[in-house]
Amino acid sequence: MPNEAEMRLRERLSKLGGMKLLRGTKLSGELARLQDQIDQLQADPSDEEIWQSVELARHADRPYTLDYVSRIFDDFFELHGDRGRADDPALVTGLGKLGARTVVLIGHQKGRDIKERAARNFGMAYPEGYRKAMRAMAVADRHGFPLVTMVDTPGAYPGVAAEQHGQGGAIARSQAAMVRLGVPTVACVIGEGGSGGAVAIAVADRVLMQENAIYSVISPEGCAAILWRDAGEARKAAAAFKPDAAHCVELGVVDGVVAEPEGGAHTDPDGAAELLGEGVLAALEEIELLDADERRRARRAKYRLMGVLASA
Amino acid sequence: MSSGQGRVDVEVENKRPEEAPQGKAHPNTCPSCGSHYRDDELAQTLRVCPQCSHHFRVGARERIAQLADPGTFVEGDAELRSADPLTFFDLRPYAERLAEAEIETGLGDAIVCGAGEIEGQACDLAVMDFGFMGGSMGSVVGEKFARSCERAVRNGVPLVSVSASGGARMQEGILALMQLPKTICAIDELHDAGGAMISVLTHPTTGGVLASFASLGDVVLAEPGALMSFAGPRVVAQTTREKLPDDFGLAESNYRYGHLDAIVPRPELRATLGQLLRLFARG
Repeated sequence: MPNEAEMRLRERLSKLGGMKLLRGTKLSGELARLQDQIDQLQADPSDEEIWQSVELARHADRPYTLDYVSRIFDDFFELHGDRGRADDPALVTGLGKLGARTVVLIGHQKGRDIKERAARNFGMAYPEGYRKAMRAMAVADRHGFPLVTMVDTPGAYPGVAAEQHGQGGAIARSQAAMVRLGVPTVACVIGEGGSGGAVAIAVADRVLMQENAIYSVISPEGCAAILWRDAGEARKAAAAFKPDAAHCVELGVVDGVVAEPEGGAHTDPDGAAELLGEGVLAALEEIELLDADERRRARRAKYRLMGVLASA
Repeated sequence: MSSGQGRVDVEVENKRPEEAPQGKAHPNTCPSCGSHYRDDELAQTLRVCPQCSHHFRVGARERIAQLADPGTFVEGDAELRSADPLTFFDLRPYAERLAEAEIETGLGDAIVCGAGEIEGQACDLAVMDFGFMGGSMGSVVGEKFARSCERAVRNGVPLVSVSASGGARMQEGILALMQLPKTICAIDELHDAGGAMISVLTHPTTGGVLASFASLGDVVLAEPGALMSFAGPRVVAQTTREKLPDDFGLAESNYRYGHLDAIVPRPELRATLGQLLRLFARG
């Protein structure tokens, strides 16, 4: 790793340390574990560890958005429908209390059993889902409620009707709406952060990622099918494009990693929710100090710097 | 009549020409009607087939020559090149693919940007080139587009973007995906400054480019027959096993569903942009 990249990594790690992810009870031993994680981050995850993240991020028992909502928010009330044509069950929105404040929640939602999976379309939203999200963002902005999003999708749904209803434009406009919000925004990648369908609700002041979540430009299988001409080479593809949390921090794409209980979030959903709730609250408290214009400027400045350039 | 013999084949006009027996068709052979042209013939017709009006692909430099008033285009940020942040290696190293694309196209990356005039109206131009790694958007495409927005703000002029892209550049991983919000933030600043953006979608504009700046013009135009879908037809067919309509994702279908302001044939594009730039000109 070149020196400059390592400097950037260290800077981000110090920020991560400052995010107070460790407040709360029953976390004895977590500090040592986080230190281990930081050491691991510095060590660069191996190809095996990257693939393990891919498998954990998609684990059938992994907590989904509504599993966290019921544990983190009080008084949750779900908002349905895009006010145009439909209610997309693959993306949920609602109002709830986080501590003393009312927040707006937007998140992809996967199904647990076969029937619900089909009903939730495997967490793959139609344009109607993103329009519902934009409607919920407008509610947040109008009333000064912070926005919390939970990202967990293999991608936006690639279907004929989805295209006819304007999938590309809906994803673009959902991001544009997030860029313009005056209220504090925190996005958390809690499982699969799959491409445009994920970033559509993840343009935020603070982007957090759970330890075993993945965030990527394309699925490992999709990338393998195109570049290796064989979807079976997904492991190689994942190792090449590095969708794991450690690399996303290193590349400056996410602002902090939220620890998961030993073995992954599915082993202890209550513990995972507690850690996630604390991470969200700490991030919110940090950005609530700024005023609306400062937040928008800082948010734009953050995304303006993303990428790595060279010169001829 | 007991057999089909002797019947007039009413479908003949809708049949596509037989595929070339081997290898790829020559780039100057019309994929729609099979007519073949010399390069200078096609250049003269703006690369539109005189027989059937099929729109051939146009590279970034040729597109700028078609649209900008002669001698007015001043390129910006030509020195920018893609880095290789992931040291990406699939069947071949990313660095090698980049070098090859630069040699083949003579371009630094998949977009050419700069200040210019169209029908005497000052603007900034951001023009993509599908020939450079499928017009894929990585850090350099995002950066040059963002700088184009900033230059438009400084000069107080509208931005004209012409897109042609397969989507985000996989070889730059998550950083390629981050170019979506980056370009969108740049447009947000342009709009804050009162600037306008006119987006022209050409064949094909798919994936991450459609899901970011290309969809966000104050006015969105497309060339006839341009594919403009978030997911490509092959992915949709494989994932959903749905039967795709004949005009799946094409400009004509998008126009019907309300995603486009107009479909503009290439010979009219320059005049249409001139008209829009006059309408958006300030003061």
